[in-house]
Amino acid sequence: MKSFEQTVLPHLDAAYNLARWLANNDHDAQDVAQEACLRAFKFFANFRGDNARAWLLTIVRNTFYTWLRRNRPSEMLLASEDDALTIEDVSVNAEVLNRQLSDAEAVRRAIAELPVEFREIVILREMEGFSYKEIAELADVPIGTVMSRLARARKQLQKSLAGEFKSGGQS
Amino acid sequence: MNCQQAEPLINPYADGELDAARIAELEHHIRSCSACALAWRNLQGLRKAVKQDALFFKAPAELRRNVRIELRGQFEPQPRQKWWSWLNVLTTGAAVVCLALLVSDIMTRPSAQQQLAQEIVSSHVRSLMANHAMDVASSDQHTVKPWFDGKVDFAPPVKDLAAREFPLVGGRLDYLGGRAVAALVFQRHKHVINLFIWPDKQANSNPGALPSIKGYNLVHWSHGGMSFWAVSDLNQRELDEFSQIYASN
Repeated sequence: MKSFEQTVLPHLDAAYNLARWLANNDHDAQDVAQEACLRAFKFFANFRGDNARAWLLTIVRNTFYTWLRRNRPSEMLLASEDDALTIEDVSVNAEVLNRQLSDAEAVRRAIAELPVEFREIVILREMEGFSYKEIAELADVPIGTVMSRLARARKQLQKSLAGEFKSGGQS
Repeated sequence: MNCQQAEPLINPYADGELDAARIAELEHHIRSCSACALAWRNLQGLRKAVKQDALFFKAPAELRRNVRIELRGQFEPQPRQKWWSWLNVLTTGAAVVCLALLVSDIMTRPSAQQQLAQEIVSSHVRSLMANHAMDVASSDQHTVKPWFDGKVDFAPPVKDLAAREFPLVGGRLDYLGGRAVAALVFQRHKHVINLFIWPDKQANSNPGALPSIKGYNLVHWSHGGMSFWAVSDLNQRELDEFSQIYASN
């Protein structure tokens, strides 16, 4: 018990942050994070790795997708349908983009609107600082998929931030 | 390199995932192409915006409490008898284990360095748990360095690596291996890096990673009669990067 508390619980903030971004609301995120901690506790004896944070976040992610299938199946990407986020090449107005980037709420909205499989890559890369390889293992996808999702997610973010301004707040 | 070749490399470049040869080619291209230079600047701006602290959700106190209650509950439903029988197994087992430990301890006593690494990780965790990472909170190296005067009998080299995205956030007095040491606190995104420094007679050595302990990565080096230990839950690559920069400039 003590060892679990010292090893895994220091990463509770990271667990909640990921769950919160995936579920898009506090209530469901708390459910997912709590369930994930319980699972982590049960499987803790099998934990052999050296990265407890990555291990816990893998469990958070799996818990979330089980939850999502049960509660909001329509949000799942169609199997192997990575084209759900097709980005036509848009030129981004740098001035507008920079203005929008300083607005935390606008950035938050733009990330929240990404399809969930893209959102998670952005969170794991930018907020948790995992490498492509670590994300590939954590999300159980090839590195090439990590790279293409990340690139497309970033393009989409730039587009929706710079575009949001033009269309007066709706996107 | 033309724009078409450069475009797919910009993301891996920003993420530190590009090899040296292609970094050189890409940087050369960006210097001479205003469209790609703009794309690079836009990407940097975006990454900074996504990483900002305001977007990170901290676990609510309610969740923290519920998790602890839930974990405690994992022990209670066990029927009493089972609990007692376990105790029996444990006491018998303990006697055997004690004997085995006595024998094996002599043969496999952890090295002094391993013990020190353990102690450093514990100290790092404690500093995070007790919310007591810093005695002096300042990003100014000229405030942090004099703060140690009179508190430790040496002058730790204090550097701010904000320009390399490892901002100094403060310092702390800590106690390791039976002596007072300086602990400098740095940050990368949401991750705290503790850098422990104390005088040591070891010869200069370059930063080298040690096996991580409980998910925390460790890097050690010696320089100018000082011993340096960096510890963090930051990934190994970035902690190495931090250590290289700190040791070299």
